[in-house]
Amino acid sequence: MFSFLSEPLHADGIDDLISHYASLAKTESQSFEDFDPERGKELYLTQFSTGKIDTPSCTSCHTSDPTQVGETRAGKAIDPMAVSMSPERYQTLKKAEKWFGRNCRSVLGRECTSIEKGDFLSFMKGL
Amino acid sequence: MRLAATLSLVLTCSPVFADEYHRQFITDQLTKDECGACHFAYPASMLPEASWRKIMLSLENHFGEDASLEPEAIQDITRYLAAHAADTKPQFSEHLRGIDAQNPPVRITETEYWIGKHFAISKEYLRSGLAGLKAVCTVCHLRAEEGYYEKR
Repeated sequence: MFSFLSEPLHADGIDDLISHYASLAKTESQSFEDFDPERGKELYLTQFSTGKIDTPSCTSCHTSDPTQVGETRAGKAIDPMAVSMSPERYQTLKKAEKWFGRNCRSVLGRECTSIEKGDFLSFMKGL
Repeated sequence: MRLAATLSLVLTCSPVFADEYHRQFITDQLTKDECGACHFAYPASMLPEASWRKIMLSLENHFGEDASLEPEAIQDITRYLAAHAADTKPQFSEHLRGIDAQNPPVRITETEYWIGKHFAISKEYLRSGLAGLKAVCTVCHLRAEEGYYEKR
């Protein structure tokens, strides 16, 4: 059932990911129209208090500028999140789901919705 | 003459005398990739099997972060770590010093062995406010990625 998860998307991985989450978003919310990079930016910059204490925000590790190199709490450099800087990040749904899963639970203390994931990706695509 | 000079250069630069027997590094690609995605891939030989099992059973809260993996990956990595843990080879038995088998440590830096080895520099560097330094072996051990931990 989930075999498609491990198959690589096309070369334009980011667009395929966005379409995937758009089709899910429609089933999650009847009022969904399109993703909004501004909402994605807000999600990226928000300081949450619902997740793990050491990671209140995406910015905790990725810095407030997604075109810059970040750093994990264990001192390892993280390639920029912006699609223009690191397009290889966005090639498979499996990888996207792995990191949305881990990091949404770490930062927000819950799974992200498909709308949040699509907003986030739209923000990264525009940078 | 040239041969002798070359040979002497090779011998001087050769890593062999850094003790192949005690060389420690992650040889399994999956383990290296998954652990190394967020931090230096610490050698399995630094902790006993019980520690690795404890760590791998609580990845949803891994030192303050969610590091969840798929069940198959957890199984494969745990198997590798257990097979190369400190209690599997005699040359790593000193890493077990002072370890309580009933309550195995999850931080390498809290083992008696690690503390003892880093005692001389702990005041100078490790408490100087450079957060995370202890987690990054390569800051001081420049060849740690290849498994060599020469004294600095």
